[in-house]
Amino acid sequence: MSKQLLKGNVALAEAAIRAGCEAYFGYPITPQTELLEHMARRMIELNRVFLQAESEVAAINMVYGAAVAGTKVMTSSSSPGISLMQEGFSYIAGSNVPVVVIDVMRGGPGLGNIQPSQSDYNQITKSAGHGDFHPIVLAPATVQEAIDLTVLAFDLAETYRTLVIVAADGAIGQMMEPAELPPMRPKREKRPFWALTGAAGRPKNVITSLYLGADNLEALNNQIQDKLALIQGHEVRYDCYRMEDADSVLVAFGTAARVAQTAVDHLRQEGFPVGLLRPITLWPFPERPLRELAQQVDTLLVVEMNAGQMFHDVKEVVGDQAEVYFTGRTGGAIPTPDEIERVVHGLYNYYLDPDYSPVGVLA
Amino acid sequence: MISEKVVYERPVALSVNRTHYCPGCTHGTAHRLVAETIDELNIRERTILVASVGCSVFAYDYFDVDACEAPHGRAPAMATGIKRVSPDNIVFTYQGDGDLASIGIGEAIHAASRGENITIIFINNAVYGMTGGQMAPTSLIGQKTTSSPLGRDPKLSGTPLHIAELMAGLPGVAYSVRRSLHDARHVIQAKKAIRLAFEAQMQHLGFSLVELLSTCPTNWGVAPGEACDWVREEMIPVYPLGDFKVAEPLRARSQRGGQ
Amino acid sequence: MSETSVVIAGFGGQGVLFAGQLLAYAGMENGRFVTWIPSYGPEMRGGTAHCTVIISDRPIGAPTVTRPDIAIVLNQPSFDKYEPLVKPGGLLVVNSSLVTASSLRDDLELALVPADALAEQFGTRQLLNVAALGAMLAKRPLVALTAVDQALRNHLPASKAHLLAANLTVLEKGYAHCVQLPLAQ
Repeated sequence: MSKQLLKGNVALAEAAIRAGCEAYFGYPITPQTELLEHMARRMIELNRVFLQAESEVAAINMVYGAAVAGTKVMTSSSSPGISLMQEGFSYIAGSNVPVVVIDVMRGGPGLGNIQPSQSDYNQITKSAGHGDFHPIVLAPATVQEAIDLTVLAFDLAETYRTLVIVAADGAIGQMMEPAELPPMRPKREKRPFWALTGAAGRPKNVITSLYLGADNLEALNNQIQDKLALIQGHEVRYDCYRMEDADSVLVAFGTAARVAQTAVDHLRQEGFPVGLLRPITLWPFPERPLRELAQQVDTLLVVEMNAGQMFHDVKEVVGDQAEVYFTGRTGGAIPTPDEIERVVHGLYNYYLDPDYSPVGVLA
Repeated sequence: MISEKVVYERPVALSVNRTHYCPGCTHGTAHRLVAETIDELNIRERTILVASVGCSVFAYDYFDVDACEAPHGRAPAMATGIKRVSPDNIVFTYQGDGDLASIGIGEAIHAASRGENITIIFINNAVYGMTGGQMAPTSLIGQKTTSSPLGRDPKLSGTPLHIAELMAGLPGVAYSVRRSLHDARHVIQAKKAIRLAFEAQMQHLGFSLVELLSTCPTNWGVAPGEACDWVREEMIPVYPLGDFKVAEPLRARSQRGGQ
Repeated sequence: MSETSVVIAGFGGQGVLFAGQLLAYAGMENGRFVTWIPSYGPEMRGGTAHCTVIISDRPIGAPTVTRPDIAIVLNQPSFDKYEPLVKPGGLLVVNSSLVTASSLRDDLELALVPADALAEQFGTRQLLNVAALGAMLAKRPLVALTAVDQALRNHLPASKAHLLAANLTVLEKGYAHCVQLPLAQ
């Protein structure tokens, strides 16, 4: 396979198909609609299941149905649609079935707009539905990574029988970059042993999230917590950029990390020893690397396309080991390298002169 | 030598489990009719039940078939997902009036509109059972419930929703009928309809729904016998029994009473 | 220059997005890192559209820029928006068939190309985007003209296949027009 110039949304869809996605249910919403459209054409072509649902609520429950039947299934949406799907996410978590969801995030709250944003960080890493659970959340920063992480999402979903959300943003969904698609996996012939396939020659299988007794429900919760701990122990992924001798480090994911990377290059040219830590898994959050980093550097600057959602996770992990600041844009605006550089300049000035007030910095 | 002949036994498709249903509730009857049908059609090993939220939430404990439990109102969407990936399975939902006619009306209508090849057993007892007797979209005008203490006022809460008739208007629907479970004769007719609904699915004719007028003595505050009377005297005049849509291949047998 | 950003802007229907894709394809075929990102949303339905292409020798960070190295403006509103934004020392390619205003800036290079007229003369008017792209390459050979030629052969949608020869000619004419011009006006 050679590299092709691929649009993020198309790459996400085709990667899912090649990873073995057997069924797709979705509802149109910008800026992920090309993903649904690609599925509409390709899934039918390959004699797999595609259905445009009447709503995101119906879509996620169709996904839930295909998941209990033991197929590799996914849906995709964008922020307001993800809000609607949360009911389904919670049931999926409560019944331990594998599902992949792609969220091409846009600006909120409310109808917001369709521009790129990272406004779903909290709702997908922390409050993805009622009850105690976290999906695995993977945040690509390039079209190639969107492909790789989508394939990984299907594998992680199966391995842990869990919900995995690929959290892209409108920019990743809409941009084109050279990228290489993986080969098509052979069709899986057998459904998993736990799936609903008809109770032929075996006791019936039941998949439910209802446990009326407190003891039973607590046992389920303990099992989910054990699984989450296992995921935290094994699946943390992150990337570091130009960390050599850094005394200040930017922390950013997705498109914000790309902008931060450009800012790091400029700042390094100016002589500022700045690096970048990019969480790839937003959940499990790269706590250990950040904690270790905080012991080596003075300052962390979190850059996001929201009002500072991951910022709180960084602060909590780092404690008083380092100063943690935030800069970002909301409403679908992408921060520019200049803006980040100005904030970093401000922070260095602040160290020289404590009376200096860092511009646009939220302590 | 004494020879014994079995004339009545537990259907194989029913689990050996005590139900939690109240005395006089017709869920048990409806369960048995569905289970008998599954046995007769010899489809137990390929049937998948989608239970809903309401009194019948534990239906998956009572049927000896593969089963799952859907979020409130979403059973038709879940059944859609299952049937689309497993078209050789027989997929049915079992939903009450709060689940199907209120919170899940969208999923139900769109599944029907797509002609989804699934079967819905719809229990209409004109009240929310599990949460303790609140007004349902199917509650009768003037019916007193815990959330309509003065009786259902159409100016405030609209009028009873006629699901079987509503579904019949959609081209994707192969079979949509209403039956009642208030006495033996009607139970036998209900059984025939349930069988035809499953056969509609087995013949790939499209969406099938059987609405069953049912009792809820506990929340109606009456004895089981009076509850059956109430169905006959109060519900049937509002919800006429009948066939509202019967696809051509089923019509001849439907006219012979489903035999 | 290891990294160059190009904004192409115009009315919806002027082929802004496709021109950007051609440039990105050509860059990729030349072994460079490239990104292409469109404006999307309400503005793509009938209003103005633009896309940003970055061609680089290194992996590309931010896919959008505030101040591009090069802007190709195909209509007056795009000229008004991007003329002040082009980086000092940058290039502004102007579709002189539709834009009558002139730049007062003395810190950028201006390339005037009557893109609509050239396209109409040597093909059809809808090929103005390719004429303007040719003009840009005459002034800033970010990628070889032959690479864009090849990108056209490989990626022109099937529905436009009958216009391939015309596309190639108009690309050439846009290029030739600006090569012949004296330097900055």
